[in-house]
Amino acid sequence: MSDLKELTELTLASARDGLRNKDFTAVELTEAHITAVEEARVLNCFVKETPDKALEMAKASDERIAKGEARDLDGLPIGMKDLFCTDGIETTAGSHILEGFVPQYESTVSQNLWNDGAVLLGKLNLDEFAMGSSNETSFFGNVINPWRRAGDDTPLVPGGSSGGSSSSVAARIALAATGTDTGGSIRQPAAFTGIVGMKPTYGRCSRWGVVAFASSLDQAGPMARTVRDVAIMLKSMASFDPKDSTSVDCAVPDYEKALTGDIKGLKIGIPKEYRVDGMPTEIEKLWQQGIEWLHAAGAKTVDVSLPHTKYALPAYYIVAPAEASSNLARYDGVKFGLREEGDDIQAMYENTRGSGFGAEVKRRVLIGTYVLSAGYYDAYYLKAQQVRTCIAENFRKVFTECDAILTPTTPSAAFGAGEKDNDPLSMYLNDVFTVTGNLAGLPGISIPSGLSSEGLPLGLQVLGKPFDEEQVLRIAGVIEDAAGFDARPQNWWSAK
Amino acid sequence: MSVDKDTVRRIAHLARIAIKEEELEPMTGELNTILAWVEQLDEVDTDGVPPMTSVVEATLRQRADEVTDGGYADRVTKNASNRNDGFFAVPKVME
Repeated sequence: MSDLKELTELTLASARDGLRNKDFTAVELTEAHITAVEEARVLNCFVKETPDKALEMAKASDERIAKGEARDLDGLPIGMKDLFCTDGIETTAGSHILEGFVPQYESTVSQNLWNDGAVLLGKLNLDEFAMGSSNETSFFGNVINPWRRAGDDTPLVPGGSSGGSSSSVAARIALAATGTDTGGSIRQPAAFTGIVGMKPTYGRCSRWGVVAFASSLDQAGPMARTVRDVAIMLKSMASFDPKDSTSVDCAVPDYEKALTGDIKGLKIGIPKEYRVDGMPTEIEKLWQQGIEWLHAAGAKTVDVSLPHTKYALPAYYIVAPAEASSNLARYDGVKFGLREEGDDIQAMYENTRGSGFGAEVKRRVLIGTYVLSAGYYDAYYLKAQQVRTCIAENFRKVFTECDAILTPTTPSAAFGAGEKDNDPLSMYLNDVFTVTGNLAGLPGISIPSGLSSEGLPLGLQVLGKPFDEEQVLRIAGVIEDAAGFDARPQNWWSAK
Repeated sequence: MSVDKDTVRRIAHLARIAIKEEELEPMTGELNTILAWVEQLDEVDTDGVPPMTSVVEATLRQRADEVTDGGYADRVTKNASNRNDGFFAVPKVME
């Protein structure tokens, strides 16, 4: 057996192939990752580590592999965002109000992964109820980005809300991870940590058993170090699920087969409204570089217009808090999690929610309650849903002119912890390029494509037509090959 | 539109979130910043535009009206801080 350290360097695909070739065992692969997890605790990626469970699952995988019955993900250690309910394993959503909650059921997405043989390393930290873009709102502390600016020790945020997912995959302590994306929570952290993250079409992955934030926008998806790895994960995560009323009944293709590298003749839209004021030149340059890579691969680019882009974020910040205020009504101290007693039942509710929710969650629940309250519904919520129709209509029209869209993923590289603490609006602007995909329900992917002047990863985003994940992955694969992104964070975090 | 401290206090009560008196002032400021920012939506002409009700073009599925799950009150109430014989228990609501 080769050095254990080398096993954490593998991609998901090469680890899968190594297991099938019997180059190493699932237990060895899992032990290497468990050690890496333990050594990287300073990054605070995990809310809960599950090493015993991981080894037990790895042993079962080894038995199946020995019998020639290997499943798609057999023996591959991954992390699970702590927003997915896991039967018998504490699930917190990053909130004090859910501390100690032990689900008695398994989310469909995680069950799909276990059915395919994946190994659970633990539950990954996240912004509280997935509300945030920097993983600074978790009750369980900030997640730290393994990347640092060149010659600077300032701790950087890993993006959010899937910050434990992005940080753990980038630090090579998990082969892949699950994420969820309501306004950019997979793609933005993927861009901030130099990994690949995909939000599938709304309805592609079941929401059943995923702690709900904004139900009309939430979508689970994979995060990994290569486009191929993301394709492999998505095939397992996606399914039609009768338990989710918005799950779409259409066959799940073999996404890995879509990575042909052939995009000759495709038309890629370049939306002019994404050239926002004050966009750093290096982001502009990266975007231009992406266009040239597509040309070199034989694709054409066309200028397109998505005129309502500017209104996507404000519409999102009405729709998402409105849905959150309804979804979070269930945390009342009665059914699960925290209870703070009071003089009567009303006081018990108020005390429980007052001490159980963090500042950002309270802010959004209050905004949501206000915009849905009598007399304001039409002015805010109805208006936002009309604007959302306009945004979806923009995309429908543009997709008659092109096959997919290329944009930057974020307006900047990762920033320092605490830098945007006092200004919710500047934090919200992180999602300016990703949120449109949620409002219109489209598939989107972020691919690490270059480094900022400070030596930090930057991502390009491909948005596609509904249920056209294969095309999105194919284009992403071409960008990945052209970019040849092989930069990685220097390991400063290992305890040993 | 903007909100004052009393409105925030009222919204917090509607949302059943206890807010300390000293939290009201900063919260009011933050909510007003967000509300002022979302008001740019007023620039969009939405006359005759239907509000989005579903992001995927699908009609909700129907299913047979039959019991397919359940019968385990013990598991359902397992995470409650106070439960009694398969029921959730709450402070007394009637004298």
